[in-house]
Amino acid sequence: MGSFVPATDHDRKEMLSAIGIESIEDLFGQLPQEVLLKDGLNLPNGMSEMEVNKKMEGIAAKNTVFPVIFRGAGAYKHYIPSIVKSVISKETLYTAYTPYQAEMSQGILQSIYEYQTMICEITGMDVANASVYDGASAAAEAVAMCRDRKKNRAFVSAAVHPQVIETIKTYCFGNGMELTVIPEKDGITDLDFLKEHLDSQAACVYIQNPNYYGSLEPAEEIGSIAKEANARYIMGVNPISLGIIKTPIEYGADIAVGEGQPLGLPLSFGGPYIGFMACTKELIRKLPGRIVGETVDSNGKTGYVLTLQAREQHIRREKALSNVCSNQALCALAVSVYLSAMGAEGLKQTAIQCMSKAHYMAEQLEAIGYSVVNQGEFFHEFVTTSKIPAEQVMGKLEEHGILGGYPLTGERAGQILWCCTEMNAKDDIDRVIGILKEV
Amino acid sequence: MLIFEKGQEGRMMTILPECDVPVSLPEEGSLRKKSMHLPQVSENDISRHYTEIAKKAYGVNDGFYPLGSCTMKYNPKINEDTAALPGFKQIHPLQPEHTVQGCMEVLKTAEQYLCEITGMSRMTFQPAAGAHGEFTGLLLIKAYHESRGDNKRTKIIVPDSAHGTNPASATMVGYSVISIPSAEDGGVDLEELKKAVGEDTAGLMLTNPNTLGLFDRNILEITKIVHEAGGLNYYDGANLNAVMGMIRPGDMGFDVVHLNLHKTFSTPHGGGGPGSGPVGCKDLLAEFLPGSMVEEEEGYVFKHPAHTIGQVKSFYGNFLIVVRAMTYLFMLGKEGVPEASKHAVLNANYMMAQLKDVYDMAYQGPCMHEFVMSLARLKKETGVSAMDIAKGLLDYGIHPPTMYFPLIVPEALMAEPTETESKETLDKVIAVLRSLHETAMTNPETLHQAPIHTPVTRLDEVRAARNPKLKHEF
Repeated sequence: MGSFVPATDHDRKEMLSAIGIESIEDLFGQLPQEVLLKDGLNLPNGMSEMEVNKKMEGIAAKNTVFPVIFRGAGAYKHYIPSIVKSVISKETLYTAYTPYQAEMSQGILQSIYEYQTMICEITGMDVANASVYDGASAAAEAVAMCRDRKKNRAFVSAAVHPQVIETIKTYCFGNGMELTVIPEKDGITDLDFLKEHLDSQAACVYIQNPNYYGSLEPAEEIGSIAKEANARYIMGVNPISLGIIKTPIEYGADIAVGEGQPLGLPLSFGGPYIGFMACTKELIRKLPGRIVGETVDSNGKTGYVLTLQAREQHIRREKALSNVCSNQALCALAVSVYLSAMGAEGLKQTAIQCMSKAHYMAEQLEAIGYSVVNQGEFFHEFVTTSKIPAEQVMGKLEEHGILGGYPLTGERAGQILWCCTEMNAKDDIDRVIGILKEV
Repeated sequence: MLIFEKGQEGRMMTILPECDVPVSLPEEGSLRKKSMHLPQVSENDISRHYTEIAKKAYGVNDGFYPLGSCTMKYNPKINEDTAALPGFKQIHPLQPEHTVQGCMEVLKTAEQYLCEITGMSRMTFQPAAGAHGEFTGLLLIKAYHESRGDNKRTKIIVPDSAHGTNPASATMVGYSVISIPSAEDGGVDLEELKKAVGEDTAGLMLTNPNTLGLFDRNILEITKIVHEAGGLNYYDGANLNAVMGMIRPGDMGFDVVHLNLHKTFSTPHGGGGPGSGPVGCKDLLAEFLPGSMVEEEEGYVFKHPAHTIGQVKSFYGNFLIVVRAMTYLFMLGKEGVPEASKHAVLNANYMMAQLKDVYDMAYQGPCMHEFVMSLARLKKETGVSAMDIAKGLLDYGIHPPTMYFPLIVPEALMAEPTETESKETLDKVIAVLRSLHETAMTNPETLHQAPIHTPVTRLDEVRAARNPKLKHEF
């Protein structure tokens, strides 16, 4: 069996004698005899490292790795610069705990402070936290931030990623907030519905930009409608799009959140990813999760600490606004390294390439009879109709090692949500068009 | 120096090729106008910056890390290799099921192993951390009571020794919290529990062994009292490392548990995350589990539980963390799992035995996988606090135990050595702790000044909170 226990028989003997007992089992005397596991666990025997390596390789080989991917829908394949993996593989950084002992954890704290700065820079917001679990939980936490005694209703656009809507719904089931889904009209949030239904109990309006279908929302107008009703305005954003598209702060948002996975994290079958959260100064004390701040030490030297902890569970217990007590620190590190490697110009060029390739592909698809459903501007995702069943299209592409767009369901059954990033070469797009022409 | 203060205007890396299609830009009204400051650096600048950052941090790889209730065991390197396999890392979460059978096998097998270890029927990997698991587990309890039309159950009972996340999680699901005092032996006070339960009891949240490192000998009685009142029992798995393969939460009367794969199952903490907080439950709660569950038919398929509470995050949780934990479990297997727990308990008792003549123990042994020292008397006699001893350890390059927790022990230091530390390491740390005690008696002033050999000395937390500076200003 495999083991990571270093104790030898000799060690055990000495330790037992120091404790003054005969066997390790003597230490478990308080356990109720009637429910002890007398025959041990019903599990296979352990294995050596070499055997386990082989076994895991075998399991991994049962998955199909698609070299070419045109699917996004919440998880995006972008290029990850080599330096990202190099930094997050540093043993000290990935085996550290939450930086409770600040004097010994300045590196982790400083890297989070830098991350918070970068999230503020890309979103334009005043403050950011140290991150939460993923984009969907960030959205749900943001909605919960807006709740107060008089305002208990959240308005969420139907053009938001369905899993984000569902996560918000789950959190609302927990805290008792009422959730109204604003219907979509022509693939964007229905403004008339919003104007009509937003009332004095509206705590917030949540939209996604670009939305689930890739379209840009009338985000400025939605912001004004929210402001008029005295509701907070939350925008879920794709961070790559911020290289070129207007920031949440420019659209008038109070809170900006999003899935940080596009910024240097692999697809990983859905996780670990990272949720970023940023807000205006006004909301700083409602922001959940860890926050790092700058201060000085007893000699006046600059240093960093976890701060504003009076918001948090270990101080406030049942009065805390959220139970979040960790962050996705290693993912935040990846994001920081990614953004450092790309720089503002690199992020902008990535955004432009994503958008350009998506538009090129959309034109090519239209040319072979797939019509684009999006009516206004779109970023790097778009929806088309399909002349033949979407599953058949995907099957054909799969034979060529290509993961095609995501087949939509429900009222949009038969439509396909396509995505392009800088990773999709023109040749690959042309190849898809060639294959689809034949189907 | 921050990364923003390094590099030069105009410096950049060459990552992207030229765009090979005609350029499309957003319309004028949708264009970003706001400037954006990101570092302008070379790869060398970045590499050296983070090497410097790493020198100012401390991980399990650097040395002893006895944070109580955090289980900072060694993180095996094979875990990193298997999690980096392209067959896991490059898989899109929305690929067709027939192309992700390997990922589903990992989820299913990990579920089977962990259900066997906990005595549960089903397990979800959606929750991303322990606190997220608590939230999820409590939602299951809420959904259960509501499904029975039992809407008056709105209270969660927690002992006063509980982690702060327990009451905070209860609030997030709309429950109010009844905190009950601990008995003199550190366990749940049965009389107080009996007084607290009733028709409004939704459930009890408990860690066992508890945060004092003690196994509650009345556990069967406790869970029975709650069940008889119509409530459910929630097991906070933070301390499972003490009893794996010896006894199971399911057999102790718990209905729902959360685990911390980043504690008990050797996946790294990453400086604060990503972790993974799977939630296991008995059959009566399985229909409410979040997200999709892997079922075995002809091959693996995803199915939503009949009355699911919905997603608690996107997709299937922190999958690559599950891959790491699965790797660890394959290595340990039937014998290795209890072996780990037994040695975790042995190491804690050894340390306790070697320290109890100089440091007061909050409760007499034997302890389980962790023990709590109370430095109240030391502070009274010498002025040296738990904080001072902790900071003194930093100067020896040793991570201190958890400080000032549990809240019911004054001047608490809570130490959890874990099974992966050798006797030599423990002996060295024991010697340091004894020498710090000696210093406290002879020269307390030096400990008030500690640490002095770290990159910074004690930091002004009040100033940080009073005038928050939370980002670099350009």
